[in-house]
Order: sequence, then C-alpha cells, then structure tokens
Amino acid sequence: MGKAGITNALRNSNVAMITIHYFASIRELLDQSQQQLELPTHVSTVNELIQHLVDSEPKKLQILTDPSKVLIAVDQTVADRNHVLSGDEEVAFFPPMTGG
Amino acid sequence: MVIVQTEDFNIQTEYDALRSKTDGGAIVTFTGLVRELYDLAGTNSEAVQSLYLEHYPGMTEKCLQDIADQAANRWNILGSRVIHRVGELKAGDQIVFVGAVSAHRADAFAAAQFIMDYLKSQAPFWKKQTTSTSTDWVESKQSDTESLKRW
Repeated sequence: MGKAGITNALRNSNVAMITIHYFASIRELLDQSQQQLELPTHVSTVNELIQHLVDSEPKKLQILTDPSKVLIAVDQTVADRNHVLSGDEEVAFFPPMTGG
Repeated sequence: MVIVQTEDFNIQTEYDALRSKTDGGAIVTFTGLVRELYDLAGTNSEAVQSLYLEHYPGMTEKCLQDIADQAANRWNILGSRVIHRVGELKAGDQIVFVGAVSAHRADAFAAAQFIMDYLKSQAPFWKKQTTSTSTDWVESKQSDTESLKRW
C-alpha cells in the first residue's frame, strides 16, 4: 500500500488519532518531528500521554517529564499537564520559547 | 496584522502602512536585529555566524495575533503590525518588527513594548545559533520571563 493508501485507510477506519509534534532541541534529541498514535484507553490527560510515551522509550523520552525543559501545546494552545485529551488532538512538545 | 516570513522586510513600507491610519498622531516602531556577538554563560562572547529560527506554523500566527489583540484591548491604539522572520539569518539581519500607531504617544510606546516582551517568550519560536566553534539552541532567559511581570 502506498502512502496515500495508508492515509485513506486511516481516514476510513474512523479511529481517532493523536498527532504529536516535537520542536527544536526536543525534536533533535528524539530525532523525530512528528508521530501519530491511537490513544490507549488508560490515557486521558497530557501527563498520562507523557507517561505512556516514556514507558515505550524510558531513556530517550524521560525529558518530557520535566516541566522546566518541555512545554506543551494542545491544538496549538499552550496547555498544562493536567489537560484532558479526547483522542484526536494535536499535541506538541517543545523547549521554552526564544523569539524576538 | 501579523506576518511570519522568511523574507526580509522594509521598514518604510511598514511605517507607511501604520501612517495610513486615520487620526494617528504617534507611531512607535521597533526592529530587532541578529546580534553579532552572543554572550555565552554571561562571561565569554563569541561571534555569531548565523542564526536559524524554527517555529510552529499555525500556532505561531495564532499566538502573535493573540498578543496583538491583547495590546489593542489594553491600550488605545489604532493599529499594530508585527513581522517575525524564520529560517536562516545572518548576523546583522533584521529579525523582528513591531509597530503601533495611536493618537497619543504613550499608548503606542506601551503597546509596542508589550508586544515585544510577550513575543520573546510566549510565541513558539526557537533560535539556534552557529559560531565558529559550535551550534547550539539558545536557552530561554529568566529576564525575558521576568519582563512580563510589569504588565
């Protein structure tokens, strides 16, 4: 199945997916800019999503648990770690911002 | 109006756009440049060769618009313009423009400063700088977060 085929299959399956984006130093550290996953039934908050990710790769993803190093946005708005997820959000992890 | 772009911007064009507002009596503009010397840990300075700006497309524009809207709600301004560049920049390049127009100067000064203070730490931009010896992500500064407290 080609890329378009996979995308269509996902769309047709009606399974809600969380899209995760990683930015800047976090993206480089994880060597990954984006991933999609189906929210496991025991995950209902950002904190639980982080724990779920850390469980899959404890060493590499441990940094996500540190609120001084990693900020979070849900659907492109900065959110705290208790934010409740329904399963189809766009979640982003990134370091403190340095614009201007 | 907020814009995120890779291209350079022209101050005169931005100034003229602010000046076209009816009843404007004061225009304040701020331009941020890529500094040639960057302080490392407060002691050493190293020459910056280039600066890469990453951002979060979509969220960046929303955040900048939100900051500009907040400024418009707090001060009596007739308009504002915010341009932030992203991508590869060199030392000395223009990086950010903030302009505000109001009937009297106090509102334009305050609004421009508020927008700048907020976009430094509340809009999803990240700087990575390259010197002759290293390439590093720029750490956020406590002073930038502190400067929000005055508002």
